Amino acid sequence: MPAHDVLIIGAGLAGQRAALAAADAGASVAILSKVHPVRSHSVAAAGGINAAMNPADDWRSHAFDTVKGSDYLGDQDAIEVMCSEAPNEILHLEHIGVTFHRNETGHLDLRAFGGASMKRTAYVADITGQAILHVLYEQLMKYSDRVDRYEEWFNTSLIRGDDGRCVGCVARNIRTGEMQTFTAKTTILATGGVGQAFKPTTNGLICTGDGMSLAYRAGARLMDMEMIQYHPTTMTANGFLITEGARGEGAHLRNADGERFMVHSAPNKMELASRDVVSRAEQKEINEGRGTGPLKDSVLLDVTVVPKNRVLEALREIVNLGRDFAGIDITKEPIPVRPGQHYTMGGVKTDSDGESDIPGLYAAGEVACVSVHGGNRLGANSLLDTLIFGRRSGEHAAKVAASMPMPTVSDASLRDDEREIKSIIDRPRTGRRVSEIKEELGVSMNRYCAVFRDEEGMTKGHEIVKRLQEEAKTAYIDDQGTVFNQDVLGALELGFMLDCSEAIVKSALERKESRGAHSRTDYTERNDEDWLFHLTVEKDGADAGADAKLGQSPVTITQWQPMERTY
Amino acid sequence: MSSTETTNDGASTKVEGLQEFTLRLRRYDPESGKPAYYEEFTIELEPHRSVLDGILQAKNDEDGSIGIRCSCRAAICGSCGTRINDKPGLACHTHLDEALKRSKDGKITVEPLGNMPVIKDLIVDMDAVHWKKQARVTPWLLPSEPLPEREHIVPREAMVDVTQSMACIQCGACVSDCLSMEIDPLFVGPAALAKTYRFVGDPRDARHQQRLNDLAQDPHGLYACTHCFNCIEACPKGVAPMSQIMRLRRIASQDHHIVDRNNGERHEMAIVNSVKKYGTLNEANMIPDSYGGKLHPASARAMLASLPVITKALLRRKVTPKSALFHPKSPDQAQIKRIYREVGEREQRLEHNLYITQPDEDPAEIAAHEAHVAAAAAREAAAKPGVDQTGAGA
Repeated sequence: MPAHDVLIIGAGLAGQRAALAAADAGASVAILSKVHPVRSHSVAAAGGINAAMNPADDWRSHAFDTVKGSDYLGDQDAIEVMCSEAPNEILHLEHIGVTFHRNETGHLDLRAFGGASMKRTAYVADITGQAILHVLYEQLMKYSDRVDRYEEWFNTSLIRGDDGRCVGCVARNIRTGEMQTFTAKTTILATGGVGQAFKPTTNGLICTGDGMSLAYRAGARLMDMEMIQYHPTTMTANGFLITEGARGEGAHLRNADGERFMVHSAPNKMELASRDVVSRAEQKEINEGRGTGPLKDSVLLDVTVVPKNRVLEALREIVNLGRDFAGIDITKEPIPVRPGQHYTMGGVKTDSDGESDIPGLYAAGEVACVSVHGGNRLGANSLLDTLIFGRRSGEHAAKVAASMPMPTVSDASLRDDEREIKSIIDRPRTGRRVSEIKEELGVSMNRYCAVFRDEEGMTKGHEIVKRLQEEAKTAYIDDQGTVFNQDVLGALELGFMLDCSEAIVKSALERKESRGAHSRTDYTERNDEDWLFHLTVEKDGADAGADAKLGQSPVTITQWQPMERTY
Repeated sequence: MSSTETTNDGASTKVEGLQEFTLRLRRYDPESGKPAYYEEFTIELEPHRSVLDGILQAKNDEDGSIGIRCSCRAAICGSCGTRINDKPGLACHTHLDEALKRSKDGKITVEPLGNMPVIKDLIVDMDAVHWKKQARVTPWLLPSEPLPEREHIVPREAMVDVTQSMACIQCGACVSDCLSMEIDPLFVGPAALAKTYRFVGDPRDARHQQRLNDLAQDPHGLYACTHCFNCIEACPKGVAPMSQIMRLRRIASQDHHIVDRNNGERHEMAIVNSVKKYGTLNEANMIPDSYGGKLHPASARAMLASLPVITKALLRRKVTPKSALFHPKSPDQAQIKRIYREVGEREQRLEHNLYITQPDEDPAEIAAHEAHVAAAAAREAAAKPGVDQTGAGA
């Protein structure tokens, strides 16, 4: 039974950064991930990472843009931490080897991004997430004597000790099917978002809300779950992401009439308004019949107005995406795009050291809700979030671990999980297929919890989620084996996604206003008087089938009082 | 997977243009005690969808036990490296219709990557081969100490240049079909060498010479590549590992003057000098020249060791005693000299790079594009004089 000071679950940017920080602080560290670390979805982050690096810039300006982008739902103390520590984090990344692109003087180059009042996005072409993830993994290889890597291990539950502390987890070695109890003084969740509860989504197939659900089941509160980001430029052909960097480099959005329609909703920032604003503007064009394409379900992203050599150097990946996946040369013709599910602003409620409601349990990155993104995340703030709060979690967890004894943990949870897995494998083929339920969930969430929402639709969505939760109990799979039984893991992931979906729909139904990404056609205005607080979700009671219970948590305001939000 | 697609507002519409495809998957269940076998699945999708989409349809609708690693579906996570109709690549990056065109029997055959042990179905053990080789090249930056207070100041072009090898997603497609690795399993391989260029091309790294020397002296290192181009063909991200290997060799020999014990550098010079002298390769001189000249004892040993090959070549008339002794010179010696002079006089080596060079571009097309960009900018400026397009000012 492995025992470590700090156990990290998930090995994307947040997890790897946490592991390195905890190891630097002297802790013994294990990092466990259901995929090889470089397959983590951080790899898909394209455009860049925000920091007030320019001497003419100020982190307070970055913080204000973030607060405004969040539609004043972000916690300003946490946002101040993130933005003020950003420049040093970028320098750290540069020092360990990230190949950030340079300007003519050899200093870090910065590009424009949505919702930002300055150019403050450092980047590596349009593969920034990949570049940072791979460089962190280089470091993890360098640290192999101090950080134990458990690659392709699937986390099945968190364990709480008698005193309520989180004391480790149970995980399954995907390659062998062996189950193992991991003992840890502190545990950090870094498992990413729950995009796969939506279809289509820009998120990878691995983004199934594992950590959110496991923390929720263990008794932690989730927060801001109603806030789901729809990215303005996903390819209509297949739902793939086209980086905001394209618009940062000057690309235009046009409707069927060729009009740059952003002039109506963001006359100053145009295409570089916040993502929620741009996505709503696009959806409005589409809903009002000014969309393009055979189904009139798209608008056009015109990259042809960006100089071609710049496109090839700085937007190479989307040139490839257009060519390989839509048969379009984006340097020559516009590409049809539309809003698509992209990011979960909400997650496990944490403080700015990453600690959740459960002592000893931390969360960082998309799985967490600090809340630095509030109602809407700014582009290029997600990488920053993962790194800052990954590092802070790792440091804090290591410090706590240094002054406490190793807990003793029984194998009771392991035996429960083994039974659960066996029961799934043994289910008769009388219910629905797991894949069928997942498909219906994705389509329904995308129908009822999308860019525009209303009471009637969300009520239907809620009913569907409740029904699917029932159906999931008897859903069957095909694979009876132990080696790489992805089928049985799929059944567990479906359970995670259903937990998260319930939290999303319930919170969204509750919030009777429009704020950030939560835009209701039946309550069209922001209402600070009644709704300037976070919604939280927790499990109502300890048993497995317990309902979700809503609560409230205050928004922290330090220096920026809510104002009208225009771009 | 159903044959409907959902628009953003939720309306479901029947998708036109579905086509049936037969996937022939190589299956292997290590728990069954049985050897690998092939199983066919019929799927229905639009022809431009990917082979991965096809496999996932079979997995979702018919057999959930099909094993394949996958996540992003957009050629960025590197999980779904497989061999499709005998060619390595990403399943998500290969269209069904294109795969079908390359098929000999009307079926799309999907197999696990080569050169690595199979764990189950299409899943291979990358740790045992790919990641082990990565670990051999000290795959992290070794900067000079102390670190600068701010960022390293480095040329703009240098960072754009290493982006090509940074674009590697570690999918293993190049490793799968590396011919040298098939013969020499200890060969460090294309992916790890491309990773090496990511450091040797990075001006912040302080150990270029040491990295190159280690790999040049390694009998399974820098000079074990035989230029078969398979890795360039295989790479879904344009990393062109073999090009990076050749660049490492040029930097090792020309910039660091590393003369390796594998005679890699001498062999390269032998080729350069032969072409300079004759205009073509004089095969008969290759061995002696690569081992320090005809009188060098190592050269005699190498000739002796190569006798079987030489005999075969003579028997098959690849070489004749006459062509070996009197290798003809190309008639246009002036041209050859000019090429050598021009290349030699260049201040910098010209290196092809995906992120910098734009191959096969028509100058007229470039001019037309520039005019289009300028016109668009002018239109916008005229229409909205007050709008700041740079993103400055809220």
